[in-house]
Amino acid sequence: MKLKRSHWSIPYVVFMAIFVVLPLLLILVYAFQDGSGHFTLSNITRFFSDSDALGTFAVSIEVAIENTLICILLGYPAAWILANKDLNRSAVTIILFIMPMWINALMRTLATAELFNTLGITLGKGTLLFGMVYDYLPFMIYPIYNVLNKMDKSYAEAAQDLGATPWQVFWKITVPLSMPGISSGVLMVFMPTVSTFAISEFLTNNKIKLFGTIIQENINSSMWNYGAALAFIMLIIIGISTLFTGDDEREAEGGLI
Amino acid sequence: MASDTHIIDLKHVSKRFGDKLILDDINLYIRKGEFLTLLGPSGCGKTTTLRMIAGFLDPDEGEILLDGKDISGIPPYERPFNTVFQRYALFPHLDVYDNIAFGLKLQKVPEDEIEKRVKRVLKLVSMSDYEDRDVESLSGGQQQRVAIARALVNQPKILLLDEPLAALDLKMRKDMQIELKEMHKKLGITFIYVTHDQEEALTLSDTIVVMNEGKIQQIGTPIDIYNEPVNCFVADFIGESNILKGRMMHDRRVAFIKHEFDCVDEGFGEDVPVDVVVRPEDIYFTTDPAKCQFKATVNSCIFKGVHYEMWVDTDTGYELMIQDYDPYPVGSEVMLYIDPDDIQVMHKERTRNVFDGKMVDETHVEMIGGVFECLPQEGIAAGDDVRVTVRFEHVDLLDHQEDGIVAGEVHFLLYKGDHYHLTILTEDGYHVWVDTNDIWDKGDLVGINILPKDLKIDKKDEAEA
Amino acid sequence: MKKFLAQAYLWILLVLLYAPLFFIGIFSFTESRVLGNWTGFSTKLYANLFSGSMQGSGSLISAVENTLLIAVVSAFVSMMLGTIAAVGIHNLRGRKKQAVSFLNNIPMINPDVITGVSLFLLFVFLHFSQGYLTVILAHISFGTPYVVLSVLPKLRQMNPNIYEAALDLGATPRQALWKVLVPQLRPGMVSGFFLAFTMSLDDFAVTFFTRGTIGLDTLSTYIYTDARKGGLTPELRPLMTLIFLIILILLVIINVRQEKMNKSTSK
Repeated sequence: MKLKRSHWSIPYVVFMAIFVVLPLLLILVYAFQDGSGHFTLSNITRFFSDSDALGTFAVSIEVAIENTLICILLGYPAAWILANKDLNRSAVTIILFIMPMWINALMRTLATAELFNTLGITLGKGTLLFGMVYDYLPFMIYPIYNVLNKMDKSYAEAAQDLGATPWQVFWKITVPLSMPGISSGVLMVFMPTVSTFAISEFLTNNKIKLFGTIIQENINSSMWNYGAALAFIMLIIIGISTLFTGDDEREAEGGLI
Repeated sequence: MASDTHIIDLKHVSKRFGDKLILDDINLYIRKGEFLTLLGPSGCGKTTTLRMIAGFLDPDEGEILLDGKDISGIPPYERPFNTVFQRYALFPHLDVYDNIAFGLKLQKVPEDEIEKRVKRVLKLVSMSDYEDRDVESLSGGQQQRVAIARALVNQPKILLLDEPLAALDLKMRKDMQIELKEMHKKLGITFIYVTHDQEEALTLSDTIVVMNEGKIQQIGTPIDIYNEPVNCFVADFIGESNILKGRMMHDRRVAFIKHEFDCVDEGFGEDVPVDVVVRPEDIYFTTDPAKCQFKATVNSCIFKGVHYEMWVDTDTGYELMIQDYDPYPVGSEVMLYIDPDDIQVMHKERTRNVFDGKMVDETHVEMIGGVFECLPQEGIAAGDDVRVTVRFEHVDLLDHQEDGIVAGEVHFLLYKGDHYHLTILTEDGYHVWVDTNDIWDKGDLVGINILPKDLKIDKKDEAEA
Repeated sequence: MKKFLAQAYLWILLVLLYAPLFFIGIFSFTESRVLGNWTGFSTKLYANLFSGSMQGSGSLISAVENTLLIAVVSAFVSMMLGTIAAVGIHNLRGRKKQAVSFLNNIPMINPDVITGVSLFLLFVFLHFSQGYLTVILAHISFGTPYVVLSVLPKLRQMNPNIYEAALDLGATPRQALWKVLVPQLRPGMVSGFFLAFTMSLDDFAVTFFTRGTIGLDTLSTYIYTDARKGGLTPELRPLMTLIFLIILILLVIINVRQEKMNKSTSK
């Protein structure tokens, strides 16, 4: 059999099968098993009857949506200004906005929490949201900036030529064409927000738990089955959200790099 | 010349990008309903001019008038023009129908009216069945028609086209040229067209504006521009030409290739150096010694489909290009003549290099970005402003930039039958003209050297006299 | 005016983004055990950090060492694996290509908690004792997709004929590979390496779940346990400040070089 270059992908496929697919399957398996290895739906039903878990779930989704929206509201204008050569010529400013992404998130969160402490602001929902936005804003700005930067200027010119005022150009052309960037940003903000655990601990002094936290607690206390079930539920949410943003994400490829 | 038939006037328009002068005192008018083409090589300023009319750029100096009124401050979305962009700029998130309807929707035209007009314009560009198609699935030619439709549906006063056919292959381009011409006839609106393709310009236009380096070289009908170019640039840019150094003996008599010919041009003066243009198709072969004006030997003969292209060496040592329907064998001696009508005499733009300089000391002068050694000058002291004259043939070009006093690049080549006339652009942006027999290519990097004895220096105020 | 408002908006955001970091940075220059209490300028904390004379400094230093070791090893393996994978994927068509691309995207879409938990279960299932090896394997699994995504564009931009041109000029397939293919891909490989490296340095959740109970700490897990104990160990302030400055300088250097390259290629 001739060694074709496409066969080069085989080692990787094998690797991924073991270290990505299999682990995910194991989550499925554990989720639907009880302690003695028998198939059961009890883990799932337990989730739906546990008011604490449901509450945490709801709070997580709520915080994630709020975080994502605030990041879009604050981040889109920032990205737009950064990409607009008339308003910003400084490459350093762009670097400054992107840099936090490369700094350890845990460090940044801790720094934020300590700052709140020192300023005497009690930790709670407000600080949590602020800390989340603070952590994730660069992840929303970067892909939107990338898309806006690469966008062909002649679209805006063509729209103006056809009679659109700058305001109309923005809403009818720029925003629709930057959707891939927005989707990319949402993907990088929404799910991670739902699933973080350390961050919410620090920012709320453990007062508010997010979904990621209860997964972690369960796994750590050897409640593997229940933990896996919770993880499974999270996977479903991921699946749903990727359906919404699926195609656009491929177009925004390069949004990360 | 009633100015109410002028739809656009450009008066003393100039534009700079940084310290580069892109447009230099442009003056032109465009008649209502005509097909006007801005023609020139890349960088000549034609696209900048078009974008200024469209409203994407403002002039630094001068006025742009629409029907007599200045439109300089008006943004593009308030001007009654529409543009067909070079790479179409069709909105990828809208289908064909919505792309075309975009402008109409902004004007709040009622839905049924929009539908009528979109369908009508799609028919005009022969794309009727493509309403619901995704624009990215269309071929280049189809996208281009949609772009034209999108512009026309708004019934603009002027249609601006920025090299719209540049991305199409040859056959498609020729078909679209015919379609555009018919559209123009049918619609009766003014078309302003930008291209670097002189054949395209000759085919499509009522009026051609030839531009180079930010200046208008000539304005005229295609026939005028082709038959009577006013300078070497236009003569060389349009069609094939033989451009030769000549001398106007007196009215209607010119000498070139060391022969004298009758011609039809007057008013140049007596014994004045001129440039002469003869198109290759205007040199005729004869077997009649009485008609023969000069003899030559055939150097090469190439079949070009429509005609044969031949290069001949004249009996006086000049090379000429001839196009004829009949071939003549290489090496054969032929007899040639040229009709007076076919000889186009042009003013020489310059006869020498003239540079502004400053004396550094008795034997050195600073000019064109370098310090040149010269012969000691009487009556001129260090620090004086001077005018330096150098003949074209006295400028030496060297292969390596470091070997010359000043470095430059070959910007423009003109073959003059027995030598090349080059335009060199120095590093600092000065123009130096050189006559040489060496063969150089456009873009070659060269070093410039001039021998001290070849610098003719005059004090500035004397030269002014 | 518009420009002023725009710049002001950006700078307000930047101030907010960097306030906590500056806060830590400023207070890294004071001795106070309590954050926020300025007891005078001092570089004692920096000295403590480097001399290892603070409590538990041994474990902090080994945590930093572990972090770097894991990052370098996993990023390197990711780079090799990812490059080979990218070449393979580039030559696939249709369904197969879509499937493998999807597979590649999974680790990037998955939140790190899921990746961590799933790998934890994997190692339990395989009876792998958790430690360095499992953490490195885990980091490779989420780092490689980034390498693939960095190398694929380079493959796409590459003229498909150059490999054949090399063969035509007398190169053996292996020579063509090394002399022609690899140099074209190198920029993508390097940026992929750095991406994987950074992802590894940055990681918390996955390491948390796959490090087992042997006391293996990376910087993130160290900080986590430390912070849970109550407040920030003062010596972590200079550490954070230093990391912040190093990253800033690196990014500026990289971008300045990018600008220079762009300028010279466009001439």
